[in-house]
Amino acid sequence: MANGRVWKYGDHVNTDLIIPGRYLDDYNAASLAAHAMEDIDPSFASSVQKGDIIVAGRNFGCGSSREQAPLALKAAGVGAVVARSFARIFYRNCINVGLPVVLCDAADMFDTGDRVELDLSAGTICNLDSGGCARFDPLPDFLLEILEEGGLVPYMKDRLGR
Amino acid sequence: MTFAQRVLSRASGRQVATGDIVQAKVDLAMSHENSALVLASFREIGAKRIWDPAKVVILFDHRVPANTIKTAESHREVRSFARDAGLPNFYDMGEGICHQVLPEKGHVRPGMLIVGSDSHTTTYGALGAFSTGIGATEMASVWATGEIWMRVPETLRLRIRGKLGPHVRSKDVILHIIGRLGADGADYRCVEYTGNTVDAMSIASRMVMSNMSIEMGAKAGVCFPDAATDSWLAARVPGWGGISGDLGQNAVPEEQAEFDVSDLAPQVACPHQVDNVCDVTEVEGTRIDQAVLGSCTNGRLEDLEAAEAVLRGHTVHRDVRFIVVPASREIYIEAAKRGILASLASSGAVIVNPGCGPCLGGHQGLLAAGERCISTTNRNFRGRMGSPSAEVFLASPDTVAASAIKGEISDPRRL
Repeated sequence: MANGRVWKYGDHVNTDLIIPGRYLDDYNAASLAAHAMEDIDPSFASSVQKGDIIVAGRNFGCGSSREQAPLALKAAGVGAVVARSFARIFYRNCINVGLPVVLCDAADMFDTGDRVELDLSAGTICNLDSGGCARFDPLPDFLLEILEEGGLVPYMKDRLGR
Repeated sequence: MTFAQRVLSRASGRQVATGDIVQAKVDLAMSHENSALVLASFREIGAKRIWDPAKVVILFDHRVPANTIKTAESHREVRSFARDAGLPNFYDMGEGICHQVLPEKGHVRPGMLIVGSDSHTTTYGALGAFSTGIGATEMASVWATGEIWMRVPETLRLRIRGKLGPHVRSKDVILHIIGRLGADGADYRCVEYTGNTVDAMSIASRMVMSNMSIEMGAKAGVCFPDAATDSWLAARVPGWGGISGDLGQNAVPEEQAEFDVSDLAPQVACPHQVDNVCDVTEVEGTRIDQAVLGSCTNGRLEDLEAAEAVLRGHTVHRDVRFIVVPASREIYIEAAKRGILASLASSGAVIVNPGCGPCLGGHQGLLAAGERCISTTNRNFRGRMGSPSAEVFLASPDTVAASAIKGEISDPRRL
């Protein structure tokens, strides 16, 4: 279950917008977070609150394989990304760094700043201001498991240690 | 069975169907500078050794020579890991861009399952490999286990027909296709490039299309091996035994589309999306500040040759900075031997060392606020090559060279 406010974006938000290439020589999550979404929404990094949720249109995260993109969002406090569709590498990267991703066409239900409640295992997303809700198919169990363990690193650590 | 089904059946040890999620054994795993991030995750998961050092390639190309102290330090860390782990396939900063160097050094063969921690890993599809990009943490898991989960993708077969006109190249074909299908038009799918236009293309030209498959969301972008593939590989793969077996050319794909490119004009992808494509004639006359020739898309010998042929007898416009980045050391040496580099430099080009150059906005020619660049690279996203208020237009080597001469976007057919 996640609760927060919505940051709404359109279609084809690419990884260069999420974290520009000029910051990629740094692998520190906190420094990356300071530049998250900088070229599309300069106010984002300084205003986002822990648990806030990004709601977007088609093809979110298209472009590069840079894992710094979901890392920057997660470190900035983003609790989940909800989009009508995702670029495949970004989608995998989110799960691998432990940032929940939800395939759901919910952009029309929200404006930036709306309060949102997201239940990953039940597959529901609700706008607490308007009262509207939408359903989505929960992730396959093995991906939910990776997310629940906090990402691929703890998941693998657990399995390699056995 | 389709190409994707065949490769993933072999790699997972069972007969697969489209939509299945399989655990597949990887034949080759490539990573570049982000090996530093891979290495951090690899250590954190408690992995002791790389599953098969012969199947791992590490190489530096994104920021070479090191552009900042941070880069120098992460290079040093990966370099010493590669040495201590005894990795036989570590290439330091001198070789060039991964997507050119891996095929050149004979690491890529038809039918392989290849993953790379770079989105343009789709390039190796030009040689008939199923090849796709993943993130750094997932690469750490591949280093540890040699395996990865994958969903068996639908196949989208593109039949491309027609003889390309003068100064129209595979870059124009793929930009045209991306413009038509859209930035997510091939999402999650394995794209197959077929038809007589593809048959007539060199391996370098096919690499341009496989490379840019990711710009329409594809998981892989493949060209079926033929005589051209065979002779290309024979010169590079030790003990090459020729192309064998059916890779699924005759299978029925889930989707198909046809393109007739006989009358195709040179294409330009306008800011700030790769699918924002038009004929060059629609943007002719747009003033530019910089032109870039290079990258894993168009930094190969035939690209340098094409640009040199356009530039010969002309000079770069005085208001334009023309940056040339050969894709690899091999290409750099061959272009030097043939006099191409001297000719480009005489025309006013600045030639930098093989690598990714300014393509991803790391170094070697970033754009100031409000500047415009025309480039043979693969992405024109806002902020990609420098300032977020700069603009990047994508085009072929011919169009970039013609534009460098005129100082404005120009049609290479009418120079």
